[in-house]
Amino acid sequence: MINTDVLVIGAGPTGLFCVHQLGIIGLNCEVVDNLDKIGGQCIELYPDKPIYDIPAIPECTGEELTNNLIEQIKPFKTKFHLSDRVEEVKKDNDHWVIKTSKGKEFKAPNIIIAGGVGSFEPRKFLLKDCEKFEGKEIFYYVKDKNIFKNKIVSIFGGGDSALDWAIELSKTSKVKLIHRRDEFRGADSSVQKVKELEKKGKIEIFTKYQLNEVEGEKNINNILIKHDDGSIKQIQTNYILGFFGLIMKLGPIVNWGLNLDKKTIQVNTENFETNQNGIFAIGDICTYPGKLKLILSGFHEGALAARGCFKYARPNEKLKFEFTTTSKNVQSRLGVKPND
Amino acid sequence: MPKINYIEHGGKKHTIEVANGLTVMEGAIQNNIPGIDADCGGSMACATCHVYVKEEWFNKLPKKEDGEEDMIDMAYKPNKYSRLSCQLTVSNDLEGLTVQLPEKQA
Ligand SMILES: Cc1cc2nc3c(=O)[nH]c(=O)nc-3n(C[C@H](O)[C@H](O)[C@H](O)COP(=O)(O)OP(=O)(O)OC[C@H]3O[C@@H](n4cnc5c(N)ncnc54)[C@H](O)[C@@H]3O)c2cc1C
Ligand code: FES
Repeated sequence: MINTDVLVIGAGPTGLFCVHQLGIIGLNCEVVDNLDKIGGQCIELYPDKPIYDIPAIPECTGEELTNNLIEQIKPFKTKFHLSDRVEEVKKDNDHWVIKTSKGKEFKAPNIIIAGGVGSFEPRKFLLKDCEKFEGKEIFYYVKDKNIFKNKIVSIFGGGDSALDWAIELSKTSKVKLIHRRDEFRGADSSVQKVKELEKKGKIEIFTKYQLNEVEGEKNINNILIKHDDGSIKQIQTNYILGFFGLIMKLGPIVNWGLNLDKKTIQVNTENFETNQNGIFAIGDICTYPGKLKLILSGFHEGALAARGCFKYARPNEKLKFEFTTTSKNVQSRLGVKPND
Repeated sequence: MPKINYIEHGGKKHTIEVANGLTVMEGAIQNNIPGIDADCGGSMACATCHVYVKEEWFNKLPKKEDGEEDMIDMAYKPNKYSRLSCQLTVSNDLEGLTVQLPEKQA
């Protein structure tokens, strides 16, 4: 069981700046994010795109913004739990017990949900048949490539992951690459390589096809793929890999007893607390009259929510308002040396 | 204001007046039409605003910009009449446009 003043769910820009705001008022926190890296939408969806509306930063990319936020919170040595999803939140007297999909447990008087539009997860095949094979013969990422050795693997997708794995697995497996159109969107060099391997008979490519049916009782025997023109082809297959990028899923958050409005959480605008005492929601995931889904709004919300956490974390103390420029207290938390 | 027809997967039709300049996605969201999620708010990063455009309309629409086809790769059951509704800006030329909503967005 990990004890902390605040558990922050989500390491997007909002969660990151909130860590800073918690740090300067002397609260500690830990952060959980389902992605394998820090930065939320900025790093997953648009690392190279420029952002022009961060106050006092005329232009920076999603990745630069993330790196700057990480730099800004360095003094607090915050622990990040990546590739892990918060599943369960339960009240236990005056604190919350939080469980993750990897089985970690936290105990905290406060939770700040900075979960964006939900956790990033792989997009899946939406055929019903696929569910029963998921994790056994249908995968959306590769954990152990050895299981594919000398087997027939059908790979779906047209981006870099699909191409890279087609190339890699073609060394030891029979690979079929299936994509819904003729153009692949992966790197040119990978597209070239895949086409060469096709010529050498190492990879079979089927374009303008999509998965239509999976045949097999206990194990997959065949798949049926459907062409744009409606015709169907049967392919023998042992394993299926689907690479369709990531999608944001609200997921377990709907089960935590919070007042929701479509896919967002209702909060007050004084400290962004939800209907549950000690659970706050900030950034894209919160809603209130006038909400703007902008990074700058998330920063403001995080500053107020952090202060809202103080009374639950330090019930016997009073929070003092202090400036970073003039407060010795704050500066020592930031690790600023006296004559800096 | 141009009228846009949204046909749900089950066949239910909604005819909505959408102001010029809004997108077909925004028209659906503002009028609570089920079947369009638009998780990324129109920044062409989610493909959950996917629609099928009736054949007779498909060729009249402005062509897809860079990146739209890549994003459609990730949509649920795309076909050759697939578009992202956040990339379709309503104007008088679109009066009577009919879009079919997929069974699900994700
Ligand atoms: C293409 C694009 C361009 C944009 N341009 C701009 C712009 O110019 N200016 C601007 O201000 N905004 C812009 N935005 C919007 C901006 O990116 C978002 O407002 C911002 O990312 C929201 O930050 P957040 O921290 O609230 O959520 P997110 O960035 O979405 O991060 C949320 C994180 O929470 C994690 N999470 C959710 N649930 C769980 C759970 N149960 N367990 C563990 N982890 C979980 C997710 O995996 C995710 O990493 C743009 C967005 C896109 C897609
Ligand atoms: S709203 Fe996300 S791609 Fe259109």
